Amino acid sequence: MQVLGLGSVSPRMASGMQEKQFTASLLNFFVYNPTFGPREGEEEKKILFYHPSEVEKNEKIRNVGLCEAIVQFTRTFCPTKPAKSLHTQKNRQFFFEPEDNFWMVMVVRNPMIEKPNKDGKPPTQEYQEEEILDTVYGAVVKECYSMYKLFNGTFGRAVEAGGAELLIQKLEKFFYRYLQTLHLQSCDLLDVFGGISFFPLDKMTYLKIQSFVNRVEESLSLIKYTAFLYNDQLIWSGLEQDDMRILYKYLTTSLFPRHSEPELAGRDSPLRPEVAGNLLHYGRFLTGPTNLKDPEAKFRFPKIFVSTEDGYEELHLIVYKAMSAAACFMISASVELTRDFCEQLDALVGPQLTLLASDICEQFTVNRRISGPEKEPQFKFIYFNHMNLAEKSTIHMRKTASVCLTSVHPDLMKILGDINCDFARVDEDEEIIVKAMTDYWVVGKKSDQRELYVILNQKNANLIEVNEEVKRLCATQFNNIFFLD
Amino acid sequence: MSEEHYLELCENPVQFEHASSVNNVFFDEANKQVFAVRSGGATGVVVKGPEDKSSVAFRMDDKGEVKCIKFSIGNKILAVQRTSKSVDFINFIPDYPHTEFTQECKTKNASVLGFCWINWNEIVFITDQGIEFYQVFPDKRSLKLLKSQSINVNWYQYCPETAVILLSTTVQGNVLQPFAFRNGTMSKMSKFEIELPVVPKPAKLILSERDIAMASIYGQLFVMYLKHHSRTANSPCAEVVLYYLPREGTCKKTHVLRLNTTGKFALNIVDNLVVVHHQSSQTSLIFDIKLKEPDCTVNTHQPVLPARSIHPYRIPLTGPAVVPSQPPVPCQLYSSSWSVFQPDIIISASEGYLWYLQVKLPPTVNLLQDKGKLMDFLLRRRDCKMVILSVCSQILEGGEKGSLPVVATVFDKLNQVYKEYLEAEQSYTVAMESGPSRGSAAQKRPVRTQAVIDQSDMYTHVLSSFTEKKGVSHKFIIAVLMEYIRSLNQFQITVQHYLYELVIKTLVQHNLFYMLHQFLQYHVLSDSKPLACLLLSLESTYPPAHQLSLDMLKRLSTANDEIVEVLLSKQQVLGALRFIRSVGAHDNVSSRKFLDAARQTEDQMLFYTVFRSFQQRNQRLRGNPAFNLGEHCEEHVVHFKQLFGDQALMKASTV
Repeated sequence: MQVLGLGSVSPRMASGMQEKQFTASLLNFFVYNPTFGPREGEEEKKILFYHPSEVEKNEKIRNVGLCEAIVQFTRTFCPTKPAKSLHTQKNRQFFFEPEDNFWMVMVVRNPMIEKPNKDGKPPTQEYQEEEILDTVYGAVVKECYSMYKLFNGTFGRAVEAGGAELLIQKLEKFFYRYLQTLHLQSCDLLDVFGGISFFPLDKMTYLKIQSFVNRVEESLSLIKYTAFLYNDQLIWSGLEQDDMRILYKYLTTSLFPRHSEPELAGRDSPLRPEVAGNLLHYGRFLTGPTNLKDPEAKFRFPKIFVSTEDGYEELHLIVYKAMSAAACFMISASVELTRDFCEQLDALVGPQLTLLASDICEQFTVNRRISGPEKEPQFKFIYFNHMNLAEKSTIHMRKTASVCLTSVHPDLMKILGDINCDFARVDEDEEIIVKAMTDYWVVGKKSDQRELYVILNQKNANLIEVNEEVKRLCATQFNNIFFLD
Repeated sequence: MSEEHYLELCENPVQFEHASSVNNVFFDEANKQVFAVRSGGATGVVVKGPEDKSSVAFRMDDKGEVKCIKFSIGNKILAVQRTSKSVDFINFIPDYPHTEFTQECKTKNASVLGFCWINWNEIVFITDQGIEFYQVFPDKRSLKLLKSQSINVNWYQYCPETAVILLSTTVQGNVLQPFAFRNGTMSKMSKFEIELPVVPKPAKLILSERDIAMASIYGQLFVMYLKHHSRTANSPCAEVVLYYLPREGTCKKTHVLRLNTTGKFALNIVDNLVVVHHQSSQTSLIFDIKLKEPDCTVNTHQPVLPARSIHPYRIPLTGPAVVPSQPPVPCQLYSSSWSVFQPDIIISASEGYLWYLQVKLPPTVNLLQDKGKLMDFLLRRRDCKMVILSVCSQILEGGEKGSLPVVATVFDKLNQVYKEYLEAEQSYTVAMESGPSRGSAAQKRPVRTQAVIDQSDMYTHVLSSFTEKKGVSHKFIIAVLMEYIRSLNQFQITVQHYLYELVIKTLVQHNLFYMLHQFLQYHVLSDSKPLACLLLSLESTYPPAHQLSLDMLKRLSTANDEIVEVLLSKQQVLGALRFIRSVGAHDNVSSRKFLDAARQTEDQMLFYTVFRSFQQRNQRLRGNPAFNLGEHCEEHVVHFKQLFGDQALMKASTV
């Protein structure tokens, strides 16, 4: 069996003994529909996608069958909620049924420590079965589906349009690339939330952005929805929340990181913008044509699917960026986008967006100077609001395409995940304070629909002091929301 | 086309007996009175003023042809000039002697060109050799010379509003010397020269009295010079050149109004607009000196609107002789018998009418396509409010593409004026509060002109009907509302709650809750109790409204009672208790309210906890855990005993 993620060998080596640590990694990922091959001998038809594809056919069938059996078996205990995961010593399996009879299964290999043995014996492998969290990887599987759906629509739609063959093609095309971007070892609580980071902004600048969006939508009436981001943080979404959530994920973890800032690029870089006439602006298309002047330029944009009151609709996704401000314009896919339209958009949006971007930047620095960065306490926290999906983390470093860096030890992240699981079990407001092994205090608070996790590094603090400290954090950072002490 | 006439003659003209061989007609600009003098006054003088009460009729002896006749301010004394040497006076003050008295001009060999009343008893004679300033003593029937100044005068003009007399001097007549009168004093203002298009050789009087007018525009005195085109100069068309005449300091040439045509012109000032009548084309042009032309050099103005004639006017035939079926007779406009006086008077002596010229704003709306310019124009007019509001409705409901930037421009212009008024009002209030004793001149309460269009005007006349209009896309409605809110914010004007309500109503109608959520998240809709309550009412259709509402109440920091009510209604009794404790109001809340809510949950442990918490409070406050009678908690005490037994009650601690 091929083991993926060999690159994930941890640099942390235990002193003395030559210990090797392996982080969690993807073992298998498959999609099947039991109704596609109900009879004996047709089992292969059930399988719509299997990763890794080199696996021998019978083994694929065996694994799918096993999942089917487990789901079927657990259904007898609770028909509405079949098993979501299966824990074994070496790995963990996650089951998800996004659409009727369509199942997605992800198999994750547990983290493992390999201890060399003396006398030439094979090394002992210690699987750390309890290190990974169901909620985190359950969320990863769901996200896989949402991302597929964003670009392809539902599984059902593909089958309707071109039978199982079309769906198989689409799955193959999409997941072949997408699975490579999964970094299971760095998944954590933020994947559970799947939140959106909002850019803090004063009212006036926000209203200016509103005005900009409305004007563009008026003069380019093809545009159906607009989203506005700055510094990879959301400011405005004309899309509904759930669609925005996954689009945001795509933009911030995939599209934006792939496009480095041209204004930061060197003079000779091909990314440097061409200045058209005397209109100096930094606007450029992140999707669609890279260079409008190129006579060969293709005006094809990625298509996305978003929900409507009665189903879904297919849209062109135009992402246009000027400096740190990015605007996403969505246009019905039934319209063919022309060079004319793109030039019109570029001429209209480019200068305005450039101006807005510098406005926002200026406003942001002014606000920062007023509030003073030194006043911000050096707390490490994660905040999430289920109501508007707003998330804020001082634990995570800047997200890049490849990894999501955290500034705290994975053990602490695991504690956060555990507290989150506890919160999910009950409906009422709760507070949990944990003293971690490493002298850290971890505090979780839940008030109405909000969750806050704080990590404190105060060696000799007692429970009362920790409680006071968290109160102080709430009073400074969250004084404008109703957050019960 | 009739909708395009933006100038009209007033509906009720002053009627007088038309000029004839036996009836001489005079007009006094100061009192705006028309004098019809029949047979030198022997058969009667009829004076018609703008109001009926200023109309007078009397007889006087015919002592020769009347050259000029004027009342002093308030019809106190009548002055009549019959010769070139002297002016006669007649008292009109009751109980004063009525016999005439005469004043000759002081300067020898001078002839009197005319006279001007400065107030009820001060008069200025203008002679060809200077001016003489007198005070009249009606009781003594004599005059006293206050001041005089000798200077060669060709002709003069008087602006009663500012009490400034302008004298034309020098041979060519183009050096103008103004004098200002105030409180019994006469002061010489700095003289200035009008640039002539051609200098005649040999020198002769070339600047005509008809080409100069004085009027106050936007509260400032201007001398207007009608500069006719000359074949030799390179300007092919006539212009009106405006000279600004300050009380102190030098006179400056400030504006040039391009007429783009030639011929005979006459000037009026109406509602601070310079109106130029052109006789041959029978049309008029209007200029607004405050309207900046983007494509011209500073202070050169083109007409605001295309030339149009004054609205056709029909003379209503009145009096007993008129047959009822006889239609009104059309009046000949731009007639050569018309005389034009400042600021806004047109007199037809041959027909016996005095009209006030008026500007009609509604036709301007369709003539001026640039809405921003239109707003600038309208905002400076007197009766502009309803027209402005109708323009707002028009641009919103017209559905022209690309109109949002126009809407934004219009809103910004309205709010600029609105903000200036609010600021003036505020500084007035501050000044009043700090006490009127301080500061020499008491500050005047700012006048609210019609151009102040506030939020309630916009709401009542424009926005509320616009949002209910069918066929307008909700996207556009929301965009417009947000644009208005943006504009108000930009001018730092506090947005009224009903505008937010309109936004919320529109968003809710179209199920755009996520949009609403984002607006609230960025505090675009400012916090207020009514807004929080409105959000609470939305909870059943949009659950997150609950959180938004609670957040808002928290930020208001004056709504702790409301927060408790909300939490209790949600049966979050412990939460309510924790909240009230965190804000330090635990000691004052009604225990019964909490116990009621706790009991309703049917959670016995919760009831126990809440009950004990209040017993502890009682102990702390009064040294006894028992509830006071006034707290009405008896039934809860009974219930507690039933559930947990007598022994569970906290006993009064005995010292």
